[in-house]
Amino acid sequence: MSRIGVFVCHCGTNIAGTVDVARVAEAMKAEPGVVFATDYKYMCSEPGQQMVKDMIKEHKLDRIVICSCTPRMHENTFRKMLKDTDVNPYMLEIANIREQCSWVHTDKEKATEKAIALARMAVAKVGRDFPLFTSTIPIHKKALVIGGGIAGIQAALDIADAGYQVTLLEREPSIGGRMVMLDKTFPTLDCSACISTPKMVEVSAHPNIELRTSCELEDVSGYVGNFEVTIRQKARYVNHDICTGCGLCETKCPTKVISEFNQGMSERRAIYKSFAQAVPAKPVIDPDHCRKLQEGKCGVCQAVCPLKAINFEDKDTTFTDTYGAIIVSTGYQLIQWQDLYPEYGGGRFKDVISGLQFERLVNASGPTEGHILRPSDQTEPKDVVIVKCVGSRDPKKGKSYCSRACCMYAAKHAHQILEKIPDSNVYVFYMDVRTPGKGYEEFYDRTRKDGANYIRGRVAKIYKEGGRLICRGEDSLLGRQVTVEADLVILETAMVPADGIGEVVHKLGIAMDADGWVQEAHPKLRPVETQTAGVYLAGTCQGPKDIPDTVAQASAAAAKVCGLFSKSEMETSPMTSKVDQSKCCGCGHCEVCCPYKAITLVEIDDREGPKKIRRTVASVNSGLCQGCGCCAAACRTGAIDLLGFTNDQILREVDALCQ
Amino acid sequence: MDRCLNNRENAKALAARIAKDAGVDLQDCYQCGKCSGGCPMAGDMDLMPRQIIQYMRLGLMGDVLRSKSIWLCAACHTCVDRCPHDINLPGLIEGARMEAKRRGMIGVKEVDKFTDIFLENVKMFGKNQEVVLEGLYNVTTGHLMQDMVNVPHMLKHKIVGPELNTTKQAAEVKELMLRAQAAENERKRGEQ
Repeated sequence: MSRIGVFVCHCGTNIAGTVDVARVAEAMKAEPGVVFATDYKYMCSEPGQQMVKDMIKEHKLDRIVICSCTPRMHENTFRKMLKDTDVNPYMLEIANIREQCSWVHTDKEKATEKAIALARMAVAKVGRDFPLFTSTIPIHKKALVIGGGIAGIQAALDIADAGYQVTLLEREPSIGGRMVMLDKTFPTLDCSACISTPKMVEVSAHPNIELRTSCELEDVSGYVGNFEVTIRQKARYVNHDICTGCGLCETKCPTKVISEFNQGMSERRAIYKSFAQAVPAKPVIDPDHCRKLQEGKCGVCQAVCPLKAINFEDKDTTFTDTYGAIIVSTGYQLIQWQDLYPEYGGGRFKDVISGLQFERLVNASGPTEGHILRPSDQTEPKDVVIVKCVGSRDPKKGKSYCSRACCMYAAKHAHQILEKIPDSNVYVFYMDVRTPGKGYEEFYDRTRKDGANYIRGRVAKIYKEGGRLICRGEDSLLGRQVTVEADLVILETAMVPADGIGEVVHKLGIAMDADGWVQEAHPKLRPVETQTAGVYLAGTCQGPKDIPDTVAQASAAAAKVCGLFSKSEMETSPMTSKVDQSKCCGCGHCEVCCPYKAITLVEIDDREGPKKIRRTVASVNSGLCQGCGCCAAACRTGAIDLLGFTNDQILREVDALCQ
Repeated sequence: MDRCLNNRENAKALAARIAKDAGVDLQDCYQCGKCSGGCPMAGDMDLMPRQIIQYMRLGLMGDVLRSKSIWLCAACHTCVDRCPHDINLPGLIEGARMEAKRRGMIGVKEVDKFTDIFLENVKMFGKNQEVVLEGLYNVTTGHLMQDMVNVPHMLKHKIVGPELNTTKQAAEVKELMLRAQAAENERKRGEQ
């Protein structure tokens, strides 16, 4: 026979103001199995907890019901309290008579009745509770960072500096991401490459970091502390162990290809380094454009290489490693505005460019060596129009969200034009100016005082007349149509998730939001974690953000990983799913609906009468299971139970309520 | 009609001069509209007080000089009092009104007449004479009966009466006004 103790909390007047707590305690005394019931002012307080412990001893209680606030608030507090007693921490039920009763009702009589009903349900359930025990899993102290932009670089460095091994994965031939393409960073105007390239070099030189460029995620299995990750090394056709990066091959390669790094505004060779400060500072061959690989002719690079580092027979390879934690930092790209905005020329006008193209134009290592020259005729523009919110805040053509960084880099672009071209005029068309950051509003003020003309309204149409681009819009502050004749138009386009994010998300078993950004576990309280334990987020893969926020999030994710690695093993929640294999029919419904890939179908030996047979049944990996209960709901034969919330326990609660 | 924003250097220079005289940095304005929201005259204005600044910023001075608003401003300074940047909007409006008057662009002729008569009055008597102001204003604008219902009240409280409202320093006031006029004439010659 169970010996149940019921403790009803006043929570000051939070509960006692609306619920007659003494009556609830009194009513519980009559419930079967209850040997002790009382009320107390603050159950969670030190004296409150001591009283529970004393009563456990005095009345030899083996199951506890606490009628108080939501279990989200203090379930853990009371579980910890029970660790000091003979009662198993999972022989505890919380009846939520605050959030679900006293706070939402005013009628004391009816609220008390409801509180009694809630308490009775908890008593019924606790009677069917059984002890559960946490288990531990070992943690492999090596982290994988997917994506080598500034977020991945920062996270990798932080983890490596803490003394743990890190593999930094990058699909491009060089790390650096978007930040290294930028000219200057707002609001301090320090040179973007000057502050990011030293970090790139630090990554390549760090003894704890294994840098893997031209690599992609192939497959992930396992769970927190023990992810088995297969990585595909794409063929580079250059042996980086031998190559010294002398660059001779690049100068001799006859094939010219549009440069991705310079946003289509210059050319590179088929054997190339993305940019001068690339890390690793060694070239790769672009197989789609190499004449030797495409047509079997040429091979000049192989002929000139003094170290014989070129290998046209190179193939993709895969390798597998074990990681304790994974950080996703796959970044963003800009929306393809050309397909969406025919009213802005849809890409027909050479002098309508994106913000990232402007970054390359104004950069000293860019195609024009830092001179702002318009792409069509290489002349210096005098009248420049900047259009904000192209693709952002446009649910019909683009995305409904705000891309967050554009207001600031639009101000930076305006400032740079006015600085570099003394008698220029800059017109910024905007809907709102959003400057929520340290020093941001001041930077915007300064840009206006530099002479930038801010015009509230979206440009409705850009057309060509007499060699100039006519931008027509409304100044909605004046309520009038306005036109500006421009030599150059810069579109500050929306950030969207990087190509291929869907595959990464799928392989990791994490969630994506409606716009394709990776979903964090909680928008406020768990912003760098995912719903899958051991997988963390950094930077713009989670949503648009600027460099300071990206770096902050990367360091936060690194801190989470270091926290995980600070222990050699990890306690797991025992409230996971359990399959009764004798009832399981092996239909596989649970495997399909499990969001954490925790269920697999396995073959077992069984007997059917005298006959030995092999049968397919479901099996739960308790390291991966997060206790969501989807499988238990989906199971047709009732073979799956969620420990702590078994079907039997839930039905007892329902019975108690319906009495 | 739409407004082309290119090649507005001259108008922007004029706007900058007016702003400088008023001690205003036009770029300070957030366009929040608190000025317009509190303005007692805004109900009769064609451009909102806020818009006057935006027109000036973009160098659309013609719209400002042609507007009624610059004539209707009562210079009560409610807008300045409430502005988060303490922008002297009545100062800008006064500068714009003076420029408009120089160009013969009289947006509200009653206001112009009233101001002229008032100043003439002060020049002649050293102080404003309500009777003279009222009389001349009503006759020259054709609003013959305007404010006539107030006459008994004003007589009773001796706001108006048979004796002149003068000051001992009338001659000095006149001197002051002549000097101001001479300075304006000098400025005009300089412009030509």
